Amino acid sequence: MKALILLSSLGVISLLAEIFSFKKLLYPLVLLGLTVAFVLNIGEWNTNVTYFKMMQFDNYAVAFTSLIIVVAFLWFLMAEGFFKDETNQTDHYSLVLFALVGAVLMVSYTNMTMLFLGIEILSIPMYILAGSKKGDIQSNEAAFKYLIMGAFATGFLLFGITLVYGSTGSFNLEEIKNAVSVPGTVPSIFYVGVLLMLVGMSFKVSAAPFHFWAPDVYQGAPTMITAFMATIVKTAAMAAFLRLFDDTFHRVEATWAHVLWIMTALTLLTGNITAVFQTTTKRMLAYSSVAHAGYMLLALLAANGYSSSSILFYTLAYSIGSIATFCIISIVANAKGDDGIHSFNGLAKTNPLLAGVMTIALLSLAGIPPTAGFFAKYFIFTSAFMAGNVGLVLIAILASLIGVYYYFRIIIAMYFKEKASEEEIQVDMNHKLLLIVVAFAIIALGLFPDAVIRLL
Amino acid sequence: MNSAIQVIPLEWYLLLSTVLFTIGVLGVLFRRNAIIIFMSIELMLNAVNLLLVAFSSFLSDSKGQVFVFFIMAVAAAEVAVGLAILMMVYRNTKSSDINTLNKLKW
Repeated sequence: MKALILLSSLGVISLLAEIFSFKKLLYPLVLLGLTVAFVLNIGEWNTNVTYFKMMQFDNYAVAFTSLIIVVAFLWFLMAEGFFKDETNQTDHYSLVLFALVGAVLMVSYTNMTMLFLGIEILSIPMYILAGSKKGDIQSNEAAFKYLIMGAFATGFLLFGITLVYGSTGSFNLEEIKNAVSVPGTVPSIFYVGVLLMLVGMSFKVSAAPFHFWAPDVYQGAPTMITAFMATIVKTAAMAAFLRLFDDTFHRVEATWAHVLWIMTALTLLTGNITAVFQTTTKRMLAYSSVAHAGYMLLALLAANGYSSSSILFYTLAYSIGSIATFCIISIVANAKGDDGIHSFNGLAKTNPLLAGVMTIALLSLAGIPPTAGFFAKYFIFTSAFMAGNVGLVLIAILASLIGVYYYFRIIIAMYFKEKASEEEIQVDMNHKLLLIVVAFAIIALGLFPDAVIRLL
Repeated sequence: MNSAIQVIPLEWYLLLSTVLFTIGVLGVLFRRNAIIIFMSIELMLNAVNLLLVAFSSFLSDSKGQVFVFFIMAVAAAEVAVGLAILMMVYRNTKSSDINTLNKLKW
Protein backbone atom coordinates (compact mmCIF):
# COMPACT_ATOMS: atom_id res chain seq x y z
CA MET A 1 0.00 0.00 0.00
CA LYS A 2 2.85 2.40 0.83
CA ALA A 3 4.38 1.64 -2.54
CA LEU A 4 1.04 2.38 -4.19
CA ILE A 5 0.72 5.77 -2.48
CA LEU A 6 4.32 6.63 -3.26
CA LEU A 7 3.91 5.75 -6.94
CA SER A 8 0.73 7.86 -7.21
CA SER A 9 2.47 10.82 -5.55
CA LEU A 10 5.41 10.46 -7.91
CA GLY A 11 2.98 10.59 -10.82
CA VAL A 12 1.46 13.83 -9.51
CA ILE A 13 4.91 15.30 -8.81
CA SER A 14 5.95 14.54 -12.39
CA LEU A 15 2.98 16.57 -13.63
CA LEU A 16 4.07 19.48 -11.45
CA ALA A 17 7.64 19.33 -12.77
CA GLU A 18 6.64 21.21 -15.92
CA ILE A 19 5.13 24.10 -13.95
CA PHE A 20 7.86 24.43 -11.34
CA SER A 21 10.58 23.63 -13.90
CA PHE A 22 12.56 20.89 -12.25
CA LYS A 23 12.37 18.68 -15.32
CA LYS A 24 16.09 17.91 -15.16
CA LEU A 25 15.76 16.49 -11.66
CA LEU A 26 12.81 14.30 -12.52
CA TYR A 27 14.69 11.31 -13.89
CA PRO A 28 16.88 10.74 -10.79
CA LEU A 29 13.84 11.54 -8.62
CA VAL A 30 11.78 8.80 -10.26
CA LEU A 31 14.60 6.27 -9.92
CA LEU A 32 15.01 7.19 -6.25
CA GLY A 33 11.23 6.98 -5.75
CA LEU A 34 11.11 3.50 -7.27
CA THR A 35 13.95 2.36 -4.98
CA VAL A 36 12.15 3.70 -1.91
CA ALA A 37 8.88 2.13 -3.09
CA PHE A 38 10.66 -1.21 -3.43
CA VAL A 39 12.06 -1.02 0.10
CA LEU A 40 8.71 0.06 1.60
CA ASN A 41 6.97 -2.71 -0.28
CA ILE A 42 9.39 -5.36 1.00
CA GLY A 43 8.60 -4.11 4.53
CA GLU A 44 5.00 -5.26 4.04
CA TRP A 45 6.04 -8.88 3.60
CA ASN A 46 4.01 -11.20 5.86
CA THR A 47 1.86 -8.32 7.19
CA ASN A 48 -1.20 -9.33 5.13
CA VAL A 49 -3.13 -6.07 5.64
CA THR A 50 -6.60 -5.70 4.11
CA TYR A 51 -7.85 -2.26 3.10
CA PHE A 52 -11.64 -1.74 3.27
CA LYS A 53 -12.19 -5.24 1.81
CA MET A 54 -11.03 -3.73 -1.47
CA MET A 55 -7.36 -4.63 -1.54
CA GLN A 56 -5.21 -7.08 0.32
CA PHE A 57 -1.44 -6.92 0.50
CA ASP A 58 -0.80 -10.59 1.09
CA ASN A 59 2.52 -12.14 0.12
CA TYR A 60 1.23 -12.79 -3.38
CA ALA A 61 0.52 -9.08 -3.90
CA VAL A 62 3.80 -7.99 -2.28
CA ALA A 63 5.84 -10.41 -4.39
CA PHE A 64 4.25 -9.30 -7.66
CA THR A 65 4.43 -5.62 -6.68
CA SER A 66 8.15 -5.99 -5.98
CA LEU A 67 8.58 -7.72 -9.32
CA ILE A 68 6.74 -4.90 -11.10
CA ILE A 69 8.82 -2.22 -9.36
CA VAL A 70 12.11 -3.98 -10.14
CA VAL A 71 11.19 -4.38 -13.80
CA ALA A 72 10.00 -0.76 -13.91
CA PHE A 73 13.37 0.35 -12.50
CA LEU A 74 15.23 -1.59 -15.19
CA TRP A 75 12.80 -0.21 -17.77
CA PHE A 76 13.50 3.38 -16.70
CA LEU A 77 17.25 2.74 -16.98
CA MET A 78 16.69 1.41 -20.48
CA ALA A 79 14.21 4.07 -21.62
CA GLU A 80 16.08 7.23 -20.65
CA GLY A 81 16.27 8.17 -24.33
CA PHE A 82 12.51 7.86 -24.73
CA PHE A 83 12.03 10.67 -22.22
CA LYS A 84 14.91 12.81 -23.49
CA ASP A 85 13.78 12.98 -27.11
CA GLU A 86 10.31 14.23 -26.50
CA THR A 87 9.01 17.75 -25.96
CA ASN A 88 6.36 16.80 -23.41
CA GLN A 89 8.53 14.51 -21.32
CA THR A 90 6.89 15.14 -17.93
CA ASP A 91 3.58 13.82 -19.24
CA HIS A 92 5.31 10.64 -20.24
CA TYR A 93 6.82 10.18 -16.79
CA SER A 94 3.46 10.62 -15.11
CA LEU A 95 1.65 8.34 -17.59
CA VAL A 96 4.17 5.57 -16.98
CA LEU A 97 3.93 6.03 -13.21
CA PHE A 98 0.12 5.98 -13.27
CA ALA A 99 0.26 2.83 -15.37
CA LEU A 100 2.40 1.31 -12.60
CA VAL A 101 -0.26 2.30 -10.06
CA GLY A 102 -2.80 0.38 -12.14
CA ALA A 103 -0.48 -2.62 -12.27
CA VAL A 104 -0.13 -2.63 -8.47
CA LEU A 105 -3.92 -2.45 -8.07
CA MET A 106 -4.30 -5.41 -10.41
CA VAL A 107 -2.10 -7.67 -8.31
CA SER A 108 -3.63 -6.73 -4.95
CA TYR A 109 -7.41 -6.45 -5.50
CA THR A 110 -9.96 -8.41 -3.52
CA ASN A 111 -12.95 -6.73 -5.12
CA MET A 112 -14.14 -6.63 -8.72
CA THR A 113 -14.32 -2.82 -8.55
CA MET A 114 -10.59 -2.65 -7.91
CA LEU A 115 -9.91 -5.16 -10.67
CA PHE A 116 -11.84 -3.00 -13.14
CA LEU A 117 -10.23 0.25 -11.97
CA GLY A 118 -6.76 -1.31 -11.96
CA ILE A 119 -7.15 -2.57 -15.51
CA GLU A 120 -8.38 0.83 -16.70
CA ILE A 121 -5.73 2.83 -14.81
CA LEU A 122 -3.13 0.61 -16.45
CA SER A 123 -4.71 0.62 -19.90
CA ILE A 124 -5.64 4.26 -20.50
CA PRO A 125 -2.04 5.57 -20.08
CA MET A 126 -0.87 2.71 -22.28
CA TYR A 127 -3.23 3.78 -25.09
CA ILE A 128 -1.70 7.25 -24.99
CA LEU A 129 1.88 5.99 -24.73
CA ALA A 130 1.39 3.58 -27.65
CA GLY A 131 0.53 6.60 -29.79
CA SER A 132 3.24 8.86 -28.39
CA LYS A 133 5.02 9.18 -31.76
CA LYS A 134 2.37 11.58 -32.97
CA GLY A 135 3.58 12.05 -36.54
CA ASP A 136 4.14 8.36 -37.18
CA ILE A 137 1.13 6.69 -38.81
CA GLN A 138 2.17 3.26 -37.50
CA SER A 139 2.20 4.52 -33.94
CA ASN A 140 -1.23 6.12 -34.51
CA GLU A 141 -2.59 2.87 -35.82
CA ALA A 142 -1.18 0.95 -32.86
CA ALA A 143 -2.77 3.37 -30.38
CA PHE A 144 -6.12 3.24 -32.14
CA LYS A 145 -6.21 -0.56 -32.36
CA TYR A 146 -5.08 -0.90 -28.76
CA LEU A 147 -7.80 1.48 -27.59
CA ILE A 148 -10.60 -0.19 -29.54
CA MET A 149 -9.57 -3.70 -28.55
CA GLY A 150 -8.92 -2.70 -24.94
CA ALA A 151 -12.32 -1.03 -24.58
CA PHE A 152 -13.99 -3.96 -26.35
CA ALA A 153 -12.39 -6.41 -23.91
CA THR A 154 -13.37 -4.20 -20.97
CA GLY A 155 -16.98 -4.40 -22.19
CA PHE A 156 -16.88 -8.21 -22.00
CA LEU A 157 -15.20 -8.12 -18.61
CA LEU A 158 -17.82 -5.71 -17.26
CA PHE A 159 -20.72 -7.75 -18.59
CA GLY A 160 -19.17 -10.76 -16.88
CA ILE A 161 -18.73 -8.86 -13.61
CA THR A 162 -22.36 -7.73 -13.79
CA LEU A 163 -23.70 -11.23 -14.29
CA VAL A 164 -21.56 -12.53 -11.43
CA TYR A 165 -22.85 -9.67 -9.27
CA GLY A 166 -26.43 -10.38 -10.27
CA SER A 167 -26.20 -14.02 -9.27
CA THR A 168 -24.18 -13.67 -6.07
CA GLY A 169 -25.08 -10.15 -4.89
CA SER A 170 -21.50 -9.11 -4.29
CA PHE A 171 -18.35 -7.76 -5.93
CA ASN A 172 -16.16 -9.08 -3.13
CA LEU A 173 -14.07 -12.08 -4.13
CA GLU A 174 -14.40 -13.81 -0.76
CA GLU A 175 -18.19 -13.42 -0.70
CA ILE A 176 -18.51 -14.63 -4.29
CA LYS A 177 -16.41 -17.64 -3.42
CA ASN A 178 -18.67 -18.47 -0.48
CA ALA A 179 -21.84 -17.85 -2.49
CA VAL A 180 -20.90 -20.46 -5.08
CA SER A 181 -19.61 -23.04 -2.61
CA VAL A 182 -22.79 -25.12 -2.85
CA PRO A 183 -23.20 -26.35 -6.43
CA GLY A 184 -26.72 -26.39 -7.83
CA THR A 185 -27.85 -23.29 -5.93
CA VAL A 186 -26.09 -20.87 -8.30
CA PRO A 187 -28.17 -19.34 -11.10
CA SER A 188 -26.96 -20.24 -14.57
CA ILE A 189 -26.11 -16.61 -15.44
CA PHE A 190 -23.19 -16.95 -13.01
CA TYR A 191 -21.49 -19.41 -15.33
CA VAL A 192 -22.09 -17.13 -18.32
CA GLY A 193 -20.53 -14.33 -16.28
CA VAL A 194 -17.45 -16.42 -15.49
CA LEU A 195 -16.97 -17.26 -19.17
CA LEU A 196 -17.38 -13.61 -20.22
CA MET A 197 -14.79 -12.60 -17.63
CA LEU A 198 -12.52 -15.31 -19.03
CA VAL A 199 -12.88 -13.76 -22.49
CA GLY A 200 -12.16 -10.28 -21.13
CA MET A 201 -9.05 -11.38 -19.25
CA SER A 202 -7.81 -13.41 -22.23
CA PHE A 203 -7.91 -10.25 -24.34
CA LYS A 204 -5.76 -8.52 -21.73
CA VAL A 205 -3.11 -11.24 -21.56
CA SER A 206 -3.32 -11.69 -25.36
CA ALA A 207 -4.27 -15.37 -25.37
CA ALA A 208 -5.43 -16.90 -28.66
CA PRO A 209 -8.02 -16.54 -30.20
CA PHE A 210 -8.09 -13.04 -28.67
CA HIS A 211 -4.48 -12.20 -29.45
CA PHE A 212 -4.86 -10.54 -32.87
CA TRP A 213 -4.37 -7.00 -31.54
CA ALA A 214 -1.03 -7.81 -29.88
CA PRO A 215 1.28 -8.10 -32.94
CA ASP A 216 0.00 -4.87 -34.52
CA VAL A 217 0.19 -2.92 -31.29
CA TYR A 218 3.62 -4.27 -30.36
CA GLN A 219 5.01 -3.48 -33.79
CA GLY A 220 3.53 -0.01 -34.14
CA ALA A 221 4.18 1.35 -30.65
CA PRO A 222 7.55 2.96 -29.83
CA THR A 223 10.01 0.18 -28.92
CA MET A 224 10.31 1.28 -25.30
CA ILE A 225 6.54 1.17 -24.86
CA THR A 226 6.47 -2.26 -26.49
CA ALA A 227 8.98 -3.37 -23.88
CA PHE A 228 6.74 -1.94 -21.16
CA MET A 229 3.71 -3.78 -22.53
CA ALA A 230 5.58 -7.05 -22.91
CA THR A 231 6.90 -6.96 -19.34
CA ILE A 232 4.87 -4.97 -16.83
CA VAL A 233 1.44 -5.06 -18.48
CA LYS A 234 1.74 -8.77 -19.13
CA THR A 235 2.87 -9.49 -15.55
CA ALA A 236 0.03 -7.49 -14.03
CA ALA A 237 -2.62 -8.99 -16.31
CA MET A 238 -1.40 -12.51 -15.64
CA ALA A 239 -1.29 -11.95 -11.88
CA ALA A 240 -4.83 -10.53 -11.94
CA PHE A 241 -6.04 -13.47 -14.05
CA LEU A 242 -4.46 -15.95 -11.64
CA ARG A 243 -5.88 -14.25 -8.55
CA LEU A 244 -9.37 -14.38 -10.00
CA PHE A 245 -9.50 -17.86 -11.48
CA ASP A 246 -7.25 -19.88 -9.21
CA ASP A 247 -8.91 -18.67 -6.06
CA THR A 248 -12.38 -17.22 -6.50
CA PHE A 249 -13.62 -19.30 -9.41
CA HIS A 250 -11.70 -22.42 -8.44
CA ARG A 251 -14.82 -24.16 -7.20
CA VAL A 252 -16.55 -23.78 -10.55
CA GLU A 253 -13.48 -25.02 -12.41
CA ALA A 254 -15.63 -27.34 -14.52
CA THR A 255 -17.14 -24.29 -16.22
CA TRP A 256 -13.94 -22.78 -17.52
CA ALA A 257 -11.24 -25.46 -17.40
CA HIS A 258 -12.11 -27.03 -20.77
CA VAL A 259 -12.40 -23.66 -22.50
CA LEU A 260 -9.07 -22.60 -21.05
CA TRP A 261 -7.49 -25.92 -22.08
CA ILE A 262 -8.34 -25.29 -25.72
CA MET A 263 -7.30 -21.64 -25.49
CA THR A 264 -3.94 -22.57 -23.97
CA ALA A 265 -3.22 -25.09 -26.71
CA LEU A 266 -4.24 -22.57 -29.39
CA THR A 267 -2.14 -19.81 -27.81
CA LEU A 268 0.95 -22.01 -27.62
CA LEU A 269 0.66 -23.18 -31.20
CA THR A 270 -0.43 -19.97 -32.99
CA GLY A 271 2.07 -17.84 -31.06
CA ASN A 272 5.05 -20.04 -31.81
CA ILE A 273 4.16 -21.06 -35.35
CA THR A 274 3.31 -17.54 -36.56
CA ALA A 275 6.50 -16.16 -35.00
CA VAL A 276 8.53 -18.41 -37.32
CA PHE A 277 7.33 -16.50 -40.40
CA GLN A 278 8.10 -12.99 -39.16
CA THR A 279 10.86 -10.91 -40.70
CA THR A 280 10.94 -7.99 -38.25
CA THR A 281 12.24 -8.67 -34.78
CA LYS A 282 9.61 -6.59 -32.99
CA ARG A 283 6.73 -8.46 -34.59
CA MET A 284 8.47 -11.76 -33.94
CA LEU A 285 8.83 -10.88 -30.26
CA ALA A 286 5.15 -9.90 -30.23
CA TYR A 287 4.16 -13.38 -31.34
CA SER A 288 6.67 -14.85 -28.94
CA SER A 289 4.99 -12.80 -26.21
CA VAL A 290 1.65 -14.40 -27.18
CA ALA A 291 3.35 -17.78 -26.90
CA HIS A 292 4.74 -16.92 -23.46
CA ALA A 293 1.22 -16.03 -22.34
CA GLY A 294 0.36 -19.60 -23.36
CA TYR A 295 3.03 -21.09 -21.08
CA MET A 296 1.76 -18.99 -18.19
CA LEU A 297 -1.83 -20.10 -18.86
CA LEU A 298 -0.54 -23.66 -18.48
CA ALA A 299 0.27 -22.96 -14.83
CA LEU A 300 -2.99 -21.07 -14.38
CA LEU A 301 -4.94 -24.04 -15.68
CA ALA A 302 -3.09 -26.34 -13.28
CA ALA A 303 -4.60 -24.34 -10.40
CA ASN A 304 -2.58 -26.07 -7.69
CA GLY A 305 -0.21 -24.85 -4.98
CA TYR A 306 2.62 -24.44 -7.45
CA SER A 307 0.79 -22.09 -9.85
CA SER A 308 1.52 -18.76 -8.22
CA SER A 309 5.19 -19.41 -7.50
CA SER A 310 5.83 -20.78 -10.99
CA ILE A 311 4.05 -17.82 -12.63
CA LEU A 312 6.02 -15.41 -10.43
CA PHE A 313 9.26 -16.99 -11.56
CA TYR A 314 8.15 -17.17 -15.18
CA THR A 315 7.12 -13.51 -15.34
CA LEU A 316 10.41 -12.50 -13.72
CA ALA A 317 12.50 -14.56 -16.14
CA TYR A 318 10.46 -13.44 -19.13
CA SER A 319 10.48 -9.77 -18.11
CA ILE A 320 14.22 -9.44 -17.64
CA GLY A 321 14.83 -11.41 -20.83
CA SER A 322 12.51 -9.06 -22.70
CA ILE A 323 14.12 -5.95 -21.21
CA ALA A 324 17.49 -7.10 -22.59
CA THR A 325 16.17 -8.05 -26.05
CA PHE A 326 14.11 -4.87 -26.50
CA CYS A 327 17.01 -2.71 -25.33
CA ILE A 328 19.31 -4.29 -27.92
CA ILE A 329 16.65 -4.14 -30.64
CA SER A 330 16.13 -0.44 -30.04
CA ILE A 331 19.90 0.23 -30.12
CA VAL A 332 20.36 -1.78 -33.33
CA ALA A 333 17.23 -0.39 -34.99
CA ASN A 334 18.31 3.17 -34.18
CA ALA A 335 21.73 2.58 -35.71
CA LYS A 336 20.59 0.68 -38.82
CA GLY A 337 17.20 2.35 -39.27
CA ASP A 338 15.40 -0.98 -39.50
CA ASP A 339 14.43 -3.68 -37.03
CA GLY A 340 14.47 -6.57 -39.50
CA ILE A 341 16.42 -9.69 -38.59
CA HIS A 342 19.01 -8.82 -41.30
CA SER A 343 19.96 -5.75 -39.23
CA PHE A 344 21.58 -8.17 -36.80
CA ASN A 345 23.89 -9.70 -39.45
CA GLY A 346 27.45 -9.87 -38.18
CA LEU A 347 26.70 -8.08 -34.94
CA ALA A 348 29.02 -10.45 -33.06
CA LYS A 349 32.05 -9.06 -34.95
CA THR A 350 31.25 -5.36 -34.54
CA ASN A 351 29.63 -5.39 -31.07
CA PRO A 352 30.50 -8.58 -29.18
CA LEU A 353 28.86 -7.28 -25.98
CA LEU A 354 25.48 -6.67 -27.62
CA ALA A 355 25.60 -10.01 -29.39
CA GLY A 356 26.61 -11.83 -26.20
CA VAL A 357 23.85 -10.36 -24.05
CA MET A 358 21.31 -10.86 -26.84
CA THR A 359 22.33 -14.52 -27.06
CA ILE A 360 21.92 -15.02 -23.31
CA ALA A 361 18.53 -13.29 -23.32
CA LEU A 362 17.27 -15.25 -26.33
CA LEU A 363 18.48 -18.53 -24.84
CA SER A 364 16.55 -17.63 -21.71
CA LEU A 365 13.39 -16.86 -23.71
CA ALA A 366 13.82 -20.14 -25.58
CA GLY A 367 14.24 -21.99 -22.28
CA ILE A 368 17.74 -23.45 -22.58
CA PRO A 369 19.83 -24.17 -19.45
CA PRO A 370 21.60 -22.68 -17.55
CA THR A 371 19.48 -19.55 -18.03
CA ALA A 372 16.48 -18.42 -16.00
CA GLY A 373 14.07 -19.31 -18.81
CA PHE A 374 14.88 -23.01 -18.50
CA PHE A 375 13.80 -23.24 -14.88
CA ALA A 376 10.82 -20.98 -15.56
CA LYS A 377 9.54 -23.48 -18.13
CA TYR A 378 10.56 -26.41 -15.94
CA PHE A 379 8.47 -25.17 -12.98
CA ILE A 380 5.50 -24.39 -15.25
CA PHE A 381 5.61 -27.84 -16.85
CA THR A 382 5.99 -29.53 -13.46
CA SER A 383 2.98 -27.73 -12.06
CA ALA A 384 0.90 -28.61 -15.14
CA PHE A 385 2.12 -32.19 -15.03
CA MET A 386 1.12 -32.58 -11.37
CA ALA A 387 -2.35 -31.33 -12.22
CA GLY A 388 -2.58 -34.11 -14.80
CA ASN A 389 -2.51 -32.01 -17.95
CA VAL A 390 -0.08 -34.35 -19.69
CA GLY A 391 -1.45 -33.71 -23.19
CA LEU A 392 -1.07 -29.98 -22.78
CA VAL A 393 2.49 -30.36 -21.48
CA LEU A 394 3.36 -32.34 -24.60
CA ILE A 395 1.91 -29.58 -26.81
CA ALA A 396 3.88 -27.01 -24.81
CA ILE A 397 7.14 -28.93 -25.27
CA LEU A 398 6.51 -29.20 -29.00
CA ALA A 399 5.72 -25.49 -29.13
CA SER A 400 8.89 -24.57 -27.27
CA LEU A 401 10.91 -26.61 -29.77
CA ILE A 402 9.44 -24.42 -32.52
CA GLY A 403 10.34 -21.45 -30.30
CA VAL A 404 13.99 -22.49 -30.26
CA TYR A 405 14.03 -22.30 -34.07
CA TYR A 406 12.99 -18.68 -34.38
CA TYR A 407 15.08 -17.43 -31.48
CA PHE A 408 18.11 -19.08 -33.07
CA ARG A 409 17.47 -17.25 -36.34
CA ILE A 410 18.63 -14.04 -34.64
CA ILE A 411 21.59 -15.78 -32.99
CA ILE A 412 22.66 -17.29 -36.34
CA ALA A 413 22.31 -13.89 -38.01
CA MET A 414 24.55 -12.35 -35.36
CA TYR A 415 27.32 -14.95 -35.44
CA PHE A 416 27.38 -16.58 -38.87
CA LYS A 417 25.99 -14.08 -41.40
CA GLU A 418 28.27 -11.68 -43.28
CA LYS A 419 28.17 -8.21 -41.79
CA ALA A 420 26.79 -5.39 -43.91
CA SER A 421 29.12 -2.70 -42.58
CA GLU A 422 32.28 -2.55 -40.50
CA GLU A 423 30.97 0.22 -38.28
CA GLU A 424 30.65 -0.46 -34.61
CA ILE A 425 27.33 0.64 -33.13
CA GLN A 426 27.86 3.22 -30.39
CA VAL A 427 26.27 2.19 -27.09
CA ASP A 428 25.79 4.46 -24.07
CA MET A 429 27.69 3.58 -20.93
CA ASN A 430 24.53 3.13 -18.82
CA HIS A 431 22.99 0.86 -21.45
CA LYS A 432 26.13 -1.27 -21.41
CA LEU A 433 25.96 -1.44 -17.64
CA LEU A 434 22.26 -2.33 -17.70
CA LEU A 435 22.80 -5.08 -20.25
CA ILE A 436 25.65 -6.61 -18.23
CA VAL A 437 23.58 -6.53 -15.03
CA VAL A 438 20.58 -8.11 -16.79
CA ALA A 439 22.74 -10.82 -18.34
CA PHE A 440 24.16 -11.66 -14.91
CA ALA A 441 20.67 -11.69 -13.44
CA ILE A 442 19.48 -14.14 -16.10
CA ILE A 443 22.37 -16.50 -15.39
CA ALA A 444 22.08 -16.07 -11.61
CA LEU A 445 18.36 -16.87 -11.65
CA GLY A 446 19.14 -19.91 -13.77
CA LEU A 447 21.73 -21.13 -11.27
CA PHE A 448 19.82 -20.30 -8.07
CA PRO A 449 16.11 -20.45 -8.92
CA ASP A 450 15.26 -21.41 -5.32
CA ALA A 451 15.71 -17.83 -4.15
CA VAL A 452 12.54 -16.78 -5.97
CA ILE A 453 10.57 -19.99 -6.28
CA ARG A 454 10.37 -20.52 -2.50
CA LEU A 455 8.83 -17.07 -1.90
CA LEU A 456 5.23 -18.06 -2.52
CA MET B 1 -38.10 4.24 -6.93
CA ASN B 2 -37.43 0.57 -6.51
CA SER B 3 -41.03 -0.37 -7.17
CA ALA B 4 -40.99 1.53 -10.48
CA ILE B 5 -38.02 -0.51 -11.65
CA GLN B 6 -39.48 -3.73 -10.33
CA VAL B 7 -42.71 -3.39 -12.30
CA ILE B 8 -40.89 -5.12 -15.13
CA PRO B 9 -39.53 -8.61 -14.32
CA LEU B 10 -35.73 -9.03 -14.08
CA GLU B 11 -35.62 -11.38 -17.08
CA TRP B 12 -36.70 -8.55 -19.36
CA TYR B 13 -33.86 -6.34 -18.18
CA LEU B 14 -31.47 -9.20 -18.76
CA LEU B 15 -32.83 -9.71 -22.26
CA LEU B 16 -32.76 -6.00 -23.13
CA SER B 17 -29.19 -5.58 -21.88
CA THR B 18 -28.01 -8.64 -23.75
CA VAL B 19 -29.59 -7.39 -26.96
CA LEU B 20 -28.07 -3.92 -26.53
CA PHE B 21 -24.69 -5.45 -25.71
CA THR B 22 -24.84 -7.66 -28.80
CA ILE B 23 -25.73 -4.69 -31.00
CA GLY B 24 -22.68 -2.94 -29.57
CA VAL B 25 -20.42 -5.94 -30.24
CA LEU B 26 -21.67 -6.27 -33.81
CA GLY B 27 -21.19 -2.54 -34.33
CA VAL B 28 -17.55 -2.75 -33.24
CA LEU B 29 -16.94 -5.75 -35.46
CA PHE B 30 -18.67 -4.60 -38.64
CA ARG B 31 -18.76 -0.80 -38.84
CA ARG B 32 -15.87 0.90 -40.62
CA ASN B 33 -16.21 4.41 -39.23
CA ALA B 34 -14.17 5.11 -36.13
CA ILE B 35 -16.78 7.38 -34.54
CA ILE B 36 -19.48 4.72 -34.92
CA ILE B 37 -17.14 2.17 -33.36
CA PHE B 38 -16.75 4.44 -30.34
CA MET B 39 -20.52 4.77 -30.13
CA SER B 40 -20.88 0.98 -30.25
CA ILE B 41 -18.42 0.61 -27.39
CA GLU B 42 -20.44 3.14 -25.40
CA LEU B 43 -23.54 1.09 -26.15
CA MET B 44 -21.82 -2.02 -24.76
CA LEU B 45 -20.88 -0.19 -21.56
CA ASN B 46 -24.34 1.33 -21.16
CA ALA B 47 -25.99 -2.06 -21.59
CA VAL B 48 -23.85 -3.16 -18.65
CA ASN B 49 -24.89 -0.07 -16.67
CA LEU B 50 -28.56 -0.76 -17.26
CA LEU B 51 -28.22 -4.34 -16.11
CA LEU B 52 -26.22 -3.31 -13.03
CA VAL B 53 -28.93 -0.87 -11.98
CA ALA B 54 -31.63 -3.51 -12.49
CA PHE B 55 -29.72 -6.12 -10.46
CA SER B 56 -28.96 -3.56 -7.80
CA SER B 57 -32.62 -2.69 -7.45
CA PHE B 58 -33.82 -6.29 -7.39
CA LEU B 59 -31.16 -7.30 -4.83
CA SER B 60 -31.92 -4.17 -2.71
CA ASP B 61 -28.20 -3.51 -2.66
CA SER B 62 -26.55 -0.18 -3.46
CA LYS B 63 -23.14 -1.54 -4.50
CA GLY B 64 -24.24 -2.10 -8.08
CA GLN B 65 -25.31 1.49 -8.53
CA VAL B 66 -21.99 2.74 -7.14
CA PHE B 67 -20.22 0.54 -9.66
CA VAL B 68 -22.21 2.28 -12.42
CA PHE B 69 -20.58 5.57 -11.43
CA PHE B 70 -17.15 4.01 -11.78
CA ILE B 71 -18.05 2.68 -15.22
CA MET B 72 -19.38 6.07 -16.32
CA ALA B 73 -16.25 7.90 -15.11
CA VAL B 74 -13.92 5.41 -16.78
CA ALA B 75 -15.95 5.43 -20.00
CA ALA B 76 -15.70 9.21 -20.12
CA ALA B 77 -11.91 9.02 -19.67
CA GLU B 78 -11.67 6.36 -22.33
CA VAL B 79 -13.69 8.36 -24.84
CA ALA B 80 -11.61 11.48 -24.13
CA VAL B 81 -8.45 9.54 -24.92
CA GLY B 82 -10.10 7.80 -27.85
CA LEU B 83 -11.24 11.00 -29.51
CA ALA B 84 -7.77 12.51 -28.99
CA ILE B 85 -6.22 9.49 -30.71
CA LEU B 86 -8.79 9.80 -33.49
CA MET B 87 -7.84 13.47 -33.97
CA MET B 88 -4.21 12.42 -34.23
CA VAL B 89 -5.10 9.79 -36.83
CA TYR B 90 -7.23 12.28 -38.74
CA ARG B 91 -4.38 14.79 -38.91
CA ASN B 92 -2.18 12.17 -40.55
CA THR B 93 -4.69 10.45 -42.83
CA LYS B 94 -7.49 13.03 -43.33
CA SER B 95 -10.07 10.31 -42.79
CA SER B 96 -11.96 8.59 -39.99
CA ASP B 97 -12.39 5.38 -41.96
CA ILE B 98 -10.50 2.59 -40.19
CA ASN B 99 -9.59 0.98 -43.53
CA THR B 100 -6.86 3.61 -43.89
CA LEU B 101 -5.21 2.06 -40.84
CA ASN B 102 -3.65 -0.93 -42.54
CA LYS B 103 0.09 -0.28 -42.31
CA LEU B 104 0.69 -3.05 -39.78
CA LYS B 105 0.27 -6.41 -41.46
CA TRP B 106 2.48 -9.30 -42.40
